[in-house]
Amino acid sequence: MSTYLFRRTLIAIPSLLGISLILFTVLALAPGDPFEELATNPNVPAEVRLNLRAQFGLDDPLPVRYVRWLAAMLKGEWGFSFASRINVDTLILQRLPTTIFVIGSAQLLGLLLALPIGIYSAVRPYSVFDQIATTFAYVGFSLPTFFTGLVFILVFSIYLEWLPFIFRSDLSATGLQWAWEMFRQSIMPISVLGLFQGASMTRFVRSAVLEVIKLDYINTARAKGLSEWVTIVKHVVRNALIPVVTLVALQIPGIFTGAVITEQIFRVPGIGSLLITAILANDTPVIMAIVFVFSCLVVLFNLVADIVYGWLDPRITYR
Amino acid sequence: MAANSTASGSLAGTLPLPRHRASDSLWVEALLRFRRHRLAMFGALALAVIVVAVVAGPFVYRVPINEIDFKAKLQGPSLAHPLGTDDLGQDLLARVLYGGRISLAVGVAAMLIAISVGTVVGAVSGYGSGTTDHVLMRITDLFLSLPQLPLLLLIVCLFRDMLKKLLGPEAGIFILIVAVIGGLRWMPVARLVRAQFLSIREKEFVEAARGLGVSPLRQVIRHILPNAVGPVIVAGSLDVATAIIAESSLSFLGLGFPPDIPTWGRILFDAKDNLDFAPHWAIFPGTAIFLTVLSINYIGDGLRDALDPRKVIG
Repeated sequence: MSTYLFRRTLIAIPSLLGISLILFTVLALAPGDPFEELATNPNVPAEVRLNLRAQFGLDDPLPVRYVRWLAAMLKGEWGFSFASRINVDTLILQRLPTTIFVIGSAQLLGLLLALPIGIYSAVRPYSVFDQIATTFAYVGFSLPTFFTGLVFILVFSIYLEWLPFIFRSDLSATGLQWAWEMFRQSIMPISVLGLFQGASMTRFVRSAVLEVIKLDYINTARAKGLSEWVTIVKHVVRNALIPVVTLVALQIPGIFTGAVITEQIFRVPGIGSLLITAILANDTPVIMAIVFVFSCLVVLFNLVADIVYGWLDPRITYR
Repeated sequence: MAANSTASGSLAGTLPLPRHRASDSLWVEALLRFRRHRLAMFGALALAVIVVAVVAGPFVYRVPINEIDFKAKLQGPSLAHPLGTDDLGQDLLARVLYGGRISLAVGVAAMLIAISVGTVVGAVSGYGSGTTDHVLMRITDLFLSLPQLPLLLLIVCLFRDMLKKLLGPEAGIFILIVAVIGGLRWMPVARLVRAQFLSIREKEFVEAARGLGVSPLRQVIRHILPNAVGPVIVAGSLDVATAIIAESSLSFLGLGFPPDIPTWGRILFDAKDNLDFAPHWAIFPGTAIFLTVLSINYIGDGLRDALDPRKVIG
């Protein structure tokens, strides 16, 4: 198991390198100069600007710059935010836990919805339940998160006045009161994202279970007198989950899209809303770092999916 | 279908075997299957209504999209303004109709880019095999693990000004958004096409073509590609929906089209701070996005059922 983990981690390294290469290329191709401001400032003589350029190595050939940039990223020197005047890594570490909390809970909510609904739909295909569930799944993943978010605010915050629509990280309450407030303000962002994820996962689960449930060994399981519950849970679901894990892993980059949007709507102080702020402020070091963090998270979650895959399917050897 | 041909067969007094008519081609059969998919037909109808409304609407409903009238600002739906007005008193119906043109155009154009790039990469990979295949598939996997929206935001933000200068604000942003959305969506198509190529290139008819000395390019274009096109059409139809959502997300974050070009996402962006007293402003463009995406998804589902080669009619 540990060698398998090790091998998978090794495979993740080239993808991270590739992603960093793509990011760097995008940045290098982009027009504009980080010292543009200095060029227009009459108090800064041209020599100073040229010296700065040389000092930061902007005149070096691209491969040299790439290696230097990568080394700095790896050492944790992510630069300095122009807008917030603090180090980029401090800024991101402040925001990252909130994002992981929102994405993680949303994904969990999605799974808790998708697994039972998808399985039950597939066990009784074309029943009334299945038709309602499938319709809701289609509606759910055709509704973009930014629209559901607005509708949720309209219904639950403005008309019903049940939930706050701004997520605050500086809640004054403590203890149980804090937990309750936190729960109340997390409901909408998490359910907007979770319902969207759940809707698309329901279809995956349903079709995967449908594929497995008509195989011969399921008949065998039933014929030898296993209860319906054991048949479904131990024989059908475990095998049906294998393709589901692949599809969920493929969807992971999409969750971050949803996270950026929900964080923006509900003003959740995560790295998604930080990204938007940074883009509006032209804060390149922050933008680069966030995109890179998102990419690392994608690779990390893919790694987790690989491990789950190995656990679900013993035919995959851990070598 | 089986019942149908049996019925016509017995009517004609011949053997009750399905006669093979010249029109019984793959496409006619696919069309028949598609027409039996009720939700897909509903989707096609709804999408047709939306497309006609968006394309022809501005010619019939001749209210300008940018006529400012402060006396009529933030009004709910009325006879003068069927979908109400925004904070500048601009007519929302006109803006939603106009914005739909751009949203749909972005969707279709980005889809065309995605399937062209995807088909070329998949075809080269699937036909070439060996090192080419390996390298191309690694690149595809790499692109699949890129976080789409953050990267989209980064690229749009970095290159926006340059393209605005080169091509003007409207065309520049349009080309940039379409290229980037398409450029980040080709990977699933590439994988599908490659998988199709791997199985089709071993079939006898391709071997026959090869034996006759047909050049590789002609083998791909005339013999393999037409047989691999089904999954591409399905993926392409769904890509239109994804691209529309991507463009709307971008505009919703205020980083897509400029304010004077009211795409559906852009209208939602402007509306989101006025939700409490002008909900209609957000509801109509949002519903437009939702209905378009839902119809396209149903159409995609119907196409999948219709074009799935494993399905035998009858």
